[in-house]
Amino acid sequence: MQKYSIFNLVKNAFSNHENWDLAWKDPTPKEEYDVVIIGGGGHGLATAYYLAKEHNITNVAIIEKGWIGGGNVGRNTTIIRSNYMHDENGLFSEFGMDLWRKMSQDLNYNVMFSPRGIINLAHSDAQMNAYARRGNSMRLNGIDAVLLNREQVKEIIPMADFSENVRFPIFGGLMQPSAGTARHDAVAWGYARQADSMGVDIIQNCEVIGFDVSAGKIKGIRTSRGNIKAKKVGICVAGSTNILAEKLNMTLPIETHLLQACVSEPVKPVLDNVVTFGAGHFYVSQSDKGEMVMGGDLDGYNSYAQRGNLPTLQHVLTEGIAMMPFLSKLKMLRTWGGIMDMSMDGSPIIDKTHIDGLYLNCGWCYGGFKATPASGWTFAHTIAQDRVHELNAGYSLNRFSTGHLIDEKGLGTKTWIS
Amino acid sequence: MLYINCPHCGMRSQNEFSYGGDASVKRPELNKEVSDEEWDNFVYNRKSLRGKHLELWQHISGCRQWIKVERDTATHAIFRTFKADEEVA
Repeated sequence: MQKYSIFNLVKNAFSNHENWDLAWKDPTPKEEYDVVIIGGGGHGLATAYYLAKEHNITNVAIIEKGWIGGGNVGRNTTIIRSNYMHDENGLFSEFGMDLWRKMSQDLNYNVMFSPRGIINLAHSDAQMNAYARRGNSMRLNGIDAVLLNREQVKEIIPMADFSENVRFPIFGGLMQPSAGTARHDAVAWGYARQADSMGVDIIQNCEVIGFDVSAGKIKGIRTSRGNIKAKKVGICVAGSTNILAEKLNMTLPIETHLLQACVSEPVKPVLDNVVTFGAGHFYVSQSDKGEMVMGGDLDGYNSYAQRGNLPTLQHVLTEGIAMMPFLSKLKMLRTWGGIMDMSMDGSPIIDKTHIDGLYLNCGWCYGGFKATPASGWTFAHTIAQDRVHELNAGYSLNRFSTGHLIDEKGLGTKTWIS
Repeated sequence: MLYINCPHCGMRSQNEFSYGGDASVKRPELNKEVSDEEWDNFVYNRKSLRGKHLELWQHISGCRQWIKVERDTATHAIFRTFKADEEVA
């Protein structure tokens, strides 16, 4: 594989950049693989990469119905953070933060990781207390957390509404300075390029139609491009998890929901951090192009549509304007929707299944993008070793029957609970 | 914007309704031993179908009745609506 470097850039300039290698190949599916990963999104591509890199398993195929990076990794709000209270989420996400910091070097691909910090605003004394508790829990897990008072928040984001007679006055906030954003497409392409270079077959436009299971063991998959035998199969398809589960006669603690996001017209730099509204569900950051990137609540009903309705967008942006009134002056440039695998406790599932050799990675709810490297790393470990790693031990499929829920916010699919 | 035909009030916008999830889920019968698996299926496990989906909505800013709605989860088209106690063939 050609290394991306200043020298190669100069060298290729002499041939008008017409002779660069393809970033990944377009192979025909082989008859058999050691591991087949279903889903060529961020998590699937990362899983294949870490299978090859960490476990030396390179006879791997990624099966993608559309094109790689065309799902949620291509349609998120790019926030990366580990500001969780519960150990399972905190330790898992902080492990991911380490991978994010090294990712551009590791993949030889600039993922534009920008640790600009995230601030969760508090709007009451009770919320300040809750944030102090969460911040302390984070620090016990080695995650950076700073509790800010009103004046400190005002210094960082003076454009927020600090006037006296507002419905939700800003009391302060919890900041994770090491959190940030990254270029989402680059993450998918970087993982794809490296996985391909280590021998992983990336097979696009190939839909999984069914599974071959005999005597409780996975034997392979049936696809629109023929049958493929596999010793192990990993399902990593986010919003389409329930569709594949149905083919396996599995019913999962997952509902597929619609989540929208939007960007404004580009403006000059105004916001250095990621900021979330504490009296509802709204978050905003500014992209390198200058657009305000905003998102919030689910549309609230089961959906596979990948496009949303205006009432939710209006509701979300009302919160945004309550937090930062200047947003009302901006024109909306784009809105889009993705389908989320909403688990019932709001935390993900990375586990083995009752079928030998079949592994499940799903339930990412609002936070799949930031989990990409840690999810890929732990899923690769779970598949390669046929046992969960301690980092994803809490993300078990049976925690709903045993009562070991990870109710970080306790929301899951029921957004109205908040 | 979704428009939902409330069987009690007529056609109204989605803003008046709140969503209650899969209407085909049945609560385990009372006064009988309920296994963990049955309880699990009632509380957590969902088919979440792509396509026709029978679901509960509450006309929260209207008559406050729970209703059943048959809706396509891929296109958002609404086919039929029923009163909560109506059997759906």
